[in-house]
Amino acid sequence: MQWETVIGLEIHVQLQTKSKIFSGASTAYGAAPNTQACEVSIALPGVLPVMNTEAARLAVKFGLAIGAEINQRSVFARKNYFYPDLPKGYQISQFEIPIVGKGEVEIEMDGKRRKIGVTRAHLEEDAGKSLHENFDKETGIDLNRAGTPLLEIVSEPDMRSAEEAVAYLRKIHSIVRYLGISDGNMQEGSFRCDANVSVRPVGQSEFGTRAELKNINSFRFVEKAIRIEVDRQIDLLEDGGEVVQETRLYDSDKNETRSMRSKEEAHDYRYFPDPDLPPMILDDAFIADVKQSLPELPHERKERFIDSFSLGVQESDQLTQDKALADFFEEVNTTSAAGPRIACNWILGELSASLNNEDLEITQSKISAPQMATLLDRIHDKTISGKLAKEVFAAMWQGEGDADSVIEKRGLKQITDSGEIEAIVDQVLADASDQVQQYKDGNQKVIGFFVGQIMKISQGKANPQQVNEILRKKLD
Amino acid sequence: MHEKTVQQHAEALKKGEYSSVELTTHYLDRIKQHESLNAFITTTESQALEQAERADKRIQSGDATTLTGIPIAQKDIFCTKGVLTTCGSKILEGFISPYDATVITKINDQGMVMLGKTNMDEFAMGSSNETSFYGPVQNPWDTGKVPGGSSGGSASAVAARLAPVASATDTGGSIRQPAAFCGLTGIKPSYGRVSRYGMIAFASSLDQAGIITRNAEDAALMLQAMSGFDARDSTSLDLEVPDYMATLEDSIAGKTIGLPKEFFGDGVDSAVADAIQLAIRELEALGAKTVEVELPNSEVGIPCYYVLAPAEASSNLSRFDGVRYGFRAGEYDDLNDMYEQTRAEGFGEEVQRRIMIGTYVLSSGYYDAYYIKAQKLRRMISDDFTRAFQKCDLIAGPTTPGTAFPLADKNDDPVAMYLNDIFTNSVNLAGLPGISVGAGLDEAGLPIGLHLIGKYLDESTILNVAHQYQKVTDWHLKAPGGFA
Amino acid sequence: MSITSDQITHIARLARLKTDPEKSEYYAAQLTRIMNLVEQMNQIDIGDTEPMSHPQDAGLRLRADAVTAEDQREDFQSIAPNAKDGLYLVPKVIE
Repeated sequence: MQWETVIGLEIHVQLQTKSKIFSGASTAYGAAPNTQACEVSIALPGVLPVMNTEAARLAVKFGLAIGAEINQRSVFARKNYFYPDLPKGYQISQFEIPIVGKGEVEIEMDGKRRKIGVTRAHLEEDAGKSLHENFDKETGIDLNRAGTPLLEIVSEPDMRSAEEAVAYLRKIHSIVRYLGISDGNMQEGSFRCDANVSVRPVGQSEFGTRAELKNINSFRFVEKAIRIEVDRQIDLLEDGGEVVQETRLYDSDKNETRSMRSKEEAHDYRYFPDPDLPPMILDDAFIADVKQSLPELPHERKERFIDSFSLGVQESDQLTQDKALADFFEEVNTTSAAGPRIACNWILGELSASLNNEDLEITQSKISAPQMATLLDRIHDKTISGKLAKEVFAAMWQGEGDADSVIEKRGLKQITDSGEIEAIVDQVLADASDQVQQYKDGNQKVIGFFVGQIMKISQGKANPQQVNEILRKKLD
Repeated sequence: MHEKTVQQHAEALKKGEYSSVELTTHYLDRIKQHESLNAFITTTESQALEQAERADKRIQSGDATTLTGIPIAQKDIFCTKGVLTTCGSKILEGFISPYDATVITKINDQGMVMLGKTNMDEFAMGSSNETSFYGPVQNPWDTGKVPGGSSGGSASAVAARLAPVASATDTGGSIRQPAAFCGLTGIKPSYGRVSRYGMIAFASSLDQAGIITRNAEDAALMLQAMSGFDARDSTSLDLEVPDYMATLEDSIAGKTIGLPKEFFGDGVDSAVADAIQLAIRELEALGAKTVEVELPNSEVGIPCYYVLAPAEASSNLSRFDGVRYGFRAGEYDDLNDMYEQTRAEGFGEEVQRRIMIGTYVLSSGYYDAYYIKAQKLRRMISDDFTRAFQKCDLIAGPTTPGTAFPLADKNDDPVAMYLNDIFTNSVNLAGLPGISVGAGLDEAGLPIGLHLIGKYLDESTILNVAHQYQKVTDWHLKAPGGFA
Repeated sequence: MSITSDQITHIARLARLKTDPEKSEYYAAQLTRIMNLVEQMNQIDIGDTEPMSHPQDAGLRLRADAVTAEDQREDFQSIAPNAKDGLYLVPKVIE
């Protein structure tokens, strides 16, 4: 039987505010346990929540960026359940009326564009952390994270493959980074993803029973976790079994998903409007103000790259997905006289390859944008050839210094003195009378042989254009 | 000394007739003397004397407010820094609050002296003060009778002259009903008037702090000090507080008093009904007009209240889980068992009952039938008041259908207990201000309360009418035998 | 209407209150009486009234994004039933 995969994602994005969503405690990452857990964070009796305006701003920013409906009246509700990292015994979230309603984002798969629906995005507070390793018979609770603002972005079940899910996830990641509403750091948990995965026979319109994969903490794992879960479900169904609706945890060490027993107990969250928080009303001025602060978004930047720099669709897309990469490109391009074409080639070529090799982010690049710009300028002003530039790049990457000092140290400066080049040409032609004869007999291809010989003798430093010119002059 | 009201103490302190330390010592002695009333859970003698010393210095240096140096009893629902705060529950065993409620801060800023924390129904759930983990409180008018609840300790303390004033809170009648049962003045202001920050929540959309005093003048003075905007409470009103004292002496001639026929039906004891009729005559004699009004949905106020209040409470009380503060059970198998044992041992029966009702009405499949329906009824009840207030300036009636009942009388019948708040809890549902003032004694010599309900934010009118009523009557001057 | 002791057991579980059959039986009888009182709501024709969750008609007040809280861990944990190394301790949670 042919199976179709159906995936919906719930993405939790920690919003970049200084203080928590309902209290004045700091949201800074990495503090000693419970030192950023104020009386509201630890839910002392009698304390009350007061909403952070910035959290509302950032949520609206996201909504506007994806062209979603903004609910100018939204309601905070309590989601009731007991867990030691949830100090009040309820999470303040939004249920019936979220701040952001329906919207959509576009992803590109193999050159084809697809729209993925966003059902809603709502504000809520993060829970604390449970530390299971520190003690033998006990779990330690750190409430520093409790109350950090989250935007939960819920997609429609619109994705049909693990790759699409990752493309969508990357898209949302790119948007939140562009907007500056989150640092998007997956390792630190500021960008987390749950995936609802089901399969159904191709052609069937109803959805299959889904499993929810919890807290997958890297793009790579999202793809792997979904793949392995899809395989599990198909195997199960083909063996005549049934998929159980449940929460499953992805184990990246074993590359398997397993049922989370502790969450098996049927939940009844008993949502109701939080009586401590009246409905949040955002007036037109608030929305207009946020709208004005919207930066250029990835798709807008991509269009600009295509239009202003005459770059291709795919390379523009590659450059603009990651805001930091696009920023790097633009910095190189404005600093260097070499032009956008060459900058694009080098950034998507050598630079990206080197980053990938060492699993680095663009922000961790060993060559800065100004250094890169100088390198490209040296190609542009013919100090070095494109070919030797690769050697220079590699040396710079290894930390041998900037372009000029590497060129200097290694003596890679291009030979542009025509007298010097002519002498080499003469020597090569004198040593290869057979090939000269072939050329004269009409075999144009041997010109490549001559160039090769000349470059060999000049150690690649002879200016190729001049070499060509002089060769033709001598032979014709 | 203890026969004096807050106002009278203020004058005496100002004149130097006695010091705050002397006054405080006097009240602390009385509290000890009448320990059997069980009005206090905690007394804070050493802190009280320190505060009194500071107050005396303030008075001497001319830096005092009217309230500086005057002792007060605080309901044990307010968090008080460095002092055990129990909310009448075992589950808050050992909870020395690390912070002060806003109400406490405001009262401390006045230089008032805290004598201790008063007994109360556990988490303010009760109408007799019998659900307290710390035992029942006696009514000074008849020690075999309940003082009312949930602010029973506050009412008993003020009635017995163990404190000239006590703070209190009211979710469905918890200020007004004990004030009525103890012959006192108790005001619950409009929802949002007094900060709820640091006041341990029972039902957040109904809870409101207020005050129990011996007369309306003291109530006005105290409410002035307690009210006002608090940025830490999202339901606190960012509005200027009217000068309550300034309008106390206004004539009430021409004011229209609405009399809801639903408040004068069969369910009211004849002694109570007669006393309230007499009180209304007095008000008419002062020039007020009366008009009949209708509150057609008031009969379902109690059912509506007993859906909404437990629903909110079931969620508010989830934080008491034995993890971060308070009581944790001694033995348990695992996390869930720890939760279940802690909460079953830590909460009393009435609290568990209400948590279960609240959990039930919010649970899947029942939410619409109970919770949403109750919220709709709440709107209808509120709209009834709005319509009634188109015809009148305030509404009057009995605070309770009867007078104080014997201890242990209604313990086996929660429904009978709930019906005690029939006239008070619709006022909380609508968020309106209400005051109870003593308006007579029944044949057994037990106090009867007159209930005045104001328009939203209009505490001034009910304080004014209550004060004018007290100027021509002397019920508020009567003290229970043996406590004068 | 009547509430069964099985329902009580379920509710008590949701609310993390330890029960036993006897206790469930007892509360079932009590809650049945209370819910019968609550059922009086059904006498009223509610129509399409808007639910009222707050007694005020106001919107939410928003606060400026500023860190105002200080570290009070020591104070807070001095009243904790079980805390160590800055953490609150609970019986081991198995995921």
